[in-house]
Amino acid sequence: MSRVPLRPLARILEARRKGENPDAIERENIRLRHEEMRDRARQSAEGRLLVLGVLFFCGFALVGARMGLMAATVPEEPRSAVSTSEITAQRADIVDRNGKILATNLRTHSLYAQPPQMVDKLRAARELVRIFPDLDEEKLVEQFTGKRKFIWIKKVLSPEQQQQVHDIGEPGLMFGPREMRLYPNGALAAHILGGYGFGREGVYAAEVIGTAGVEKAFDDFLRDPAENGRPLELSLDLTIQAALEEILHGGMTLMNAKGAAGVLMDAMTGEVVAMASLPDFDPNDRPVPLTKGDASDSPLFNRAVQGVYELGSTFKIFAIAQAMELGLVGADTMVDADAPMKWGKFTIKEFRNHNYGPLLSVTDVIVKSSNVGTAKIALQIGKKRQQEFLAELGFFDPTPVELFEAPYAKPLTPKNWSDIHTITVSYGHGMSASPLHLAAAYATIVNGGTRVEPTLLKRAYRVPGKRVVSPETSAAARRMLREVVTRGTASFGEVRGYAVGGKTGTADKPRPRGGYYDDKVIATFASVFPAHDPKYVLIVTLDEPVETSGDKPRRTAGWTAVPVAAEIVRRTAPLLGLAPEIEPLAALELSGG
Amino acid sequence: MRTFAFVLSIMAVMGLAFWAYSENYKTQHALGEVEDLRHEIGYLRETRAVLKAEWAYLNRPDRLRDLVGMNFQKLGLVPLSPQQFGRVEQIAYPQPEPEPEPDILNPVSVSAILPADTHIDTEELEP
Repeated sequence: MSRVPLRPLARILEARRKGENPDAIERENIRLRHEEMRDRARQSAEGRLLVLGVLFFCGFALVGARMGLMAATVPEEPRSAVSTSEITAQRADIVDRNGKILATNLRTHSLYAQPPQMVDKLRAARELVRIFPDLDEEKLVEQFTGKRKFIWIKKVLSPEQQQQVHDIGEPGLMFGPREMRLYPNGALAAHILGGYGFGREGVYAAEVIGTAGVEKAFDDFLRDPAENGRPLELSLDLTIQAALEEILHGGMTLMNAKGAAGVLMDAMTGEVVAMASLPDFDPNDRPVPLTKGDASDSPLFNRAVQGVYELGSTFKIFAIAQAMELGLVGADTMVDADAPMKWGKFTIKEFRNHNYGPLLSVTDVIVKSSNVGTAKIALQIGKKRQQEFLAELGFFDPTPVELFEAPYAKPLTPKNWSDIHTITVSYGHGMSASPLHLAAAYATIVNGGTRVEPTLLKRAYRVPGKRVVSPETSAAARRMLREVVTRGTASFGEVRGYAVGGKTGTADKPRPRGGYYDDKVIATFASVFPAHDPKYVLIVTLDEPVETSGDKPRRTAGWTAVPVAAEIVRRTAPLLGLAPEIEPLAALELSGG
Repeated sequence: MRTFAFVLSIMAVMGLAFWAYSENYKTQHALGEVEDLRHEIGYLRETRAVLKAEWAYLNRPDRLRDLVGMNFQKLGLVPLSPQQFGRVEQIAYPQPEPEPEPDILNPVSVSAILPADTHIDTEELEP
């Protein structure tokens, strides 16, 4: 680069010649040179700024583009992640205590229509009605030809139905995958399992939700992905349940009853091994609840849990056990049982106006089922202590069993508990409870005296409950119950080898408008077997039974519920793994008299 | 020398690029395989669930009861009853099998059966 001299000689000489100041030339040149330097510096600074600007722009553009890209992309499952969890069904299975399936899932399809894509709408409607007779052709045609673009036709299809629909060849009829609940055993344990329905529905999936029973009570557990499809293990035994239902059904038919309930419970743990209520229903095709009339007439009604009945004389053992526990009486104490008994304006009578008195041993009060004897003992106990004892047995609260319906089945107790209520409740009138309540209370009394809470879940170990009565009282109560069968009102209950002990109860059914029916009863048999080594408690309740083999119709539990219960013991005890045993002599000797 | 280093490093970069490329494709392939397997597992699980449901359906007590009734002539199955329990004492103790008659009755004659050149080391035989 050529530098212009500050004092070019030619111009200096010329300026000197003209008499001008040559310094002006130098200054002029210095100024020009400075201007030139300033321009260059500015240019390079501008260049740098431009580069920097471009860099920043690129940087921001990159970040922005990345953000946009991430926001716009569809999330994708990581392909490389090692997943240890299984791909499981959306709802876990329900199994019995031996792992046999009670409820499982099946993949099927739902059927929907998209009318804009349909070719021959009338023919499609006609063909669909041919496959599904429950559909209405006119309504289908109306829907297909209307403005709607999407119509659900069937929620679940069987593979055969799907093939038939496919064979119609209508492009507007489409299938969406669906998971449905299957109860392979049909009506077995229907009241316990409950039923299912669909929650939120989409084309590709639908929520399967429980609508009743354990399906609803354990809805969260069954649908919890964290449980990884772990099945819900119930305490039920499928085989025992089937036997119980079969015999109960036979008994109900034979005894002309309109309903029946049975509860078989482990006396130690409170696990319900089998529980049935008849009439029943198929949970695969759950009927709609009754909208009018008595809900208890619906097959959906669970008599064993929801049905609260006056359970009659089966309650007597509670008063007796409490009196023995308090030391008021012993098994052989003679008590006043002179019938009829007057209490204020009320008269307490025995069955068919018998008089078992004037004196009766406490054991015979139970064996002969004396109302008066029990009433006198109950009066000795007093209403406060009686209520406390019944509360300890669980008669004042709904059962804690794991069914959706259970919390709503609260026992009916007298509002103002007066002495007459103390008397009537002692022999099971004026207070209503469910057969399951009774089962838990009997288990508590006979198992050695510790509180039992009914459960439908398989228990790995036994948690001893709170002590309610002493082991001695429990043993004495069991001996009394055994004698009811050997020489009392439940003589049909004897099953050789299983030492059944129990108490009958026959209660008149209350009329809806007050008072009691003369010819409608609830017959109950509450039993324990074997009585000397209590393993199981069995409650059988028949609704309005009548046994007609004799001259007069017989309605007492001894003639109706007891034979059914005995047959249940005969059939289920071997299945429960109980070998028949000869009763130990000690039990017989102690109870003699 | 510098040129040589240049060429060498360029070749190394190209080699590494080729290796990374092939590894990438191998990984993609393996991932695809895993995905296929997972699909297959899911499908098999589903099939198993259907089979289990069918097995439970075929074994439902109602059906078994009907089958027992239908085949009573052939099988004669009846419900389990208390009489069918037995005690261990009720079963006869099995008689021991009679021992087979030994071919050689006299132990002394055993040595006579042995070939002549068999050498029996008495030292070894002694405990």
